[in-house]
Amino acid sequence: MSDIIKAENVIFEYPVLDDEGKEIARNRVLDDVSLSIPEGQFLAVLGHNGSGKSTLAKHFNGILLPESGKVTVDGIDTADEKRIYDIRQTVGMVFQNPDNQIVATIVEEDVAFALENLGVPPDEIRKRVDEALKTVDMYEYREHSPHQLSGGQKQRVAIAGIIAMRPRCIVLDEPTAMLDPKGRKEIMKTVKYLNREHGITAVLITHYMEEAAQADRVVVIDKGKILLDDVPKKIFSQVELLKSVGLDVPQTVELMYGLRKSGLDVPIDLLSEDECADYLFEMLSAGENGK
Amino acid sequence: MLKDITIGQFFPGNSLIHRLDSRFKIIMDIAYVVMLFLTSNYIGLAAAGLFMILIYVMSGVGLGLVFKSLRPIMPLIAITCILNLFFIKGDGEPLVNLWGFITIYTEGITTSVFMAVRIMFLIIGMSLLTYTTSPIALTDAIERLLSPLKKLHFPVHELAMMMTIALRFIPTLIEETDKIMAAQKARGANLDTGGLIKKAKALIPVLIPLFVSAFKRANELALAMECRCYRGGEGRTRMKQLHSGAKDYIALLIMALMIAELVLLNIYVPYLGIPYITP
Amino acid sequence: MNIIELKNITYKYSVGTPFEAVAVDNVTLTVEKGEFCGIIGHTGSGKSTLIQHLNGLVKPTLGEVYIDGQNIWSKDTDIREIRFKAGLVFQYSEHQLFEESVYKDIAYGPKNMGLSEEETDKRVHYAAQSMGIGDELLERSPFDLSGGQKRRVALAGVIAMEPEILILDEPAAGLDPIGRESVLSRISDYHKKNGTTILLVSHSMEDIVKYAEKVLVMNKGKVFCHAPTDEVFARQDEIVGIGLDVPQITKVTMKLKEKGIDLGSDIYTVERAKERILQYKAKGSIC
Repeated sequence: MSDIIKAENVIFEYPVLDDEGKEIARNRVLDDVSLSIPEGQFLAVLGHNGSGKSTLAKHFNGILLPESGKVTVDGIDTADEKRIYDIRQTVGMVFQNPDNQIVATIVEEDVAFALENLGVPPDEIRKRVDEALKTVDMYEYREHSPHQLSGGQKQRVAIAGIIAMRPRCIVLDEPTAMLDPKGRKEIMKTVKYLNREHGITAVLITHYMEEAAQADRVVVIDKGKILLDDVPKKIFSQVELLKSVGLDVPQTVELMYGLRKSGLDVPIDLLSEDECADYLFEMLSAGENGK
Repeated sequence: MLKDITIGQFFPGNSLIHRLDSRFKIIMDIAYVVMLFLTSNYIGLAAAGLFMILIYVMSGVGLGLVFKSLRPIMPLIAITCILNLFFIKGDGEPLVNLWGFITIYTEGITTSVFMAVRIMFLIIGMSLLTYTTSPIALTDAIERLLSPLKKLHFPVHELAMMMTIALRFIPTLIEETDKIMAAQKARGANLDTGGLIKKAKALIPVLIPLFVSAFKRANELALAMECRCYRGGEGRTRMKQLHSGAKDYIALLIMALMIAELVLLNIYVPYLGIPYITP
Repeated sequence: MNIIELKNITYKYSVGTPFEAVAVDNVTLTVEKGEFCGIIGHTGSGKSTLIQHLNGLVKPTLGEVYIDGQNIWSKDTDIREIRFKAGLVFQYSEHQLFEESVYKDIAYGPKNMGLSEEETDKRVHYAAQSMGIGDELLERSPFDLSGGQKRRVALAGVIAMEPEILILDEPAAGLDPIGRESVLSRISDYHKKNGTTILLVSHSMEDIVKYAEKVLVMNKGKVFCHAPTDEVFARQDEIVGIGLDVPQITKVTMKLKEKGIDLGSDIYTVERAKERILQYKAKGSIC
């Protein structure tokens, strides 16, 4: 499949100023990052705060432009100012704080916002707003005011506001960081649904390893560089490396890792509790039979 | 506290009043204010009051709420009453005469009652506009009513956008203020007692975090709007179109008749002789 | 000795309107001095309202609150004194920072207590140190710090009042694993060193089991249970039943139990799970 987003040797830095406003150093946030995201993929970008993962995300729809290197969205260079609205329609962006991305006082009005900006005819807006709200399962709340909703619901409204543009890719910058466990589950379910059922490419920026574990592919970022880039199972097997850059591994992996350290010959890459329980069941009942 | 203020709130509903075109509602709201100020006698005032009550009943908005909305403006009403009570001089003997310079005349009493009722009717009647019109319909209507001004380069769309965002963030910021106040109280802040200056000083720990957060929100919101292809009013369409129909024109006609009636009352009903002072 | 005693606390909001609802429903609770108690429950379970009763930010509709044996709503209690005794740190506490320097911000609480310059200075340094704020940061503006540092400055601002009870509403919310660890382990160290009673509200079961000695589970405005961590997580089925999460490792052992391998119902840490598995493998059971 073709790449929807392609970053080539992206370098991004910002100046560090002294008290008089003179530049004394340059802080490099992204250091020669190259990454291709094929259409239809669910990619997680994992990294701790300050690793550069959010800065990278902001390059994917032209909010930030690389100092050197190049980012293309569906073949369009993000530096091409004339096509910025094509880029933003192709790659939609959802942010961390749901409160700060809802513009209107009524849910459906907010979902319509992007389409109104794009000059879509009223009947078509109505159709696409209803469709988007049904997709994120918020249709029955269409006439509510955003401040009556829970965090997870608000975030789903924000997602609906993006998918109403019918983007081919959606970038979510830590969409669950401010939500409670229920809200986090709602968002993960929605993202997976959009990816699986609607074929929308999903790029999830997160520091929660249990969310990254649900993606097709995980990119680990540290100090502005890509440290690892692989399927989740391979990524989370690298227990020591992940811990050294301040990231967690699932408890199941930690358990298997511990068992292996105690001399058992067991696989490490069991990411879900089902997988882990199945394996342990096999192992322990075989042990019983052996007695 | 902050949450009890009902002025400017919207109570969703599906009454005839709710369904009227918001542009017409704004015009009629203004007409109602004009009408109240045209009235110079009790009969006219009573007619205006009855008219208002009738519309309230039609709208289904509870009258209990209405009185709640009056609470914040009670001081204003009280001041108006007191001013009129003491400063209006009548023709006859004063009813009360204290030490020769504090006098109350019958005319003073009637005028202050008249003024108090008028202000109450004004607030109650005007509130109905926001009670029955969603903020978005309201800003929409303002944008469209003002649209002729675009030719004079007046930023009509920007103004409407600002109003929408302000309305969207008022509840968020009220909640945030409550939270920050609670957090500072937990650190021993004394926000309730002390003189005016002391109180103002005590508010600094509340105001600074509030501003910091408001600016952060503004920044993030601007970014989110850009990501949704916002580029000003040029070429923008709207999902909801405002439609005016027979009911709107009939409502406007009724309003016009009401005003005409009050003007006639002013002319033909004996003048009740009420001069007044407004604060 | 009981540092906190709640007697039949009920809290209703919007009384007399159609929105009237009960947030806290007849809660009776005692917390011992020096306890480290984790509080869990859904959003809307009443836990946030409950903790605001402990320093008098919220007045119960019914019932009595005793802090250190003192009825906080009796006429001769100064409510500010109670707030210094029961320090409350809200969620996203960095939003309360306002002073021009970190030092001044941490000193705000002690200053409100009317402490001397000298005592304030001592407390600011001790609180900053406890939260890992180095001296070099004290003169910086709190708004220039990183998210994790701001959070710790805000915590230090309450710790500097040296309250006997420290109540923390999700102190690690939104932080990455390093940030979480650096906040929670410092709170735990502070507790061990000073014996301060700690109430920690968290959505993360992994954090609760790691640090708390006792756990208070709130559900629909009522106390579901309040017991040592071991006992609470032994009721894992009921906890899952009221819709709360258990640590991932507990989910694994619960699944194993369904399949017929019982490693015990008190497993909520990876360490313990590992021990039991090795034991089971060696002996064919855990007995």
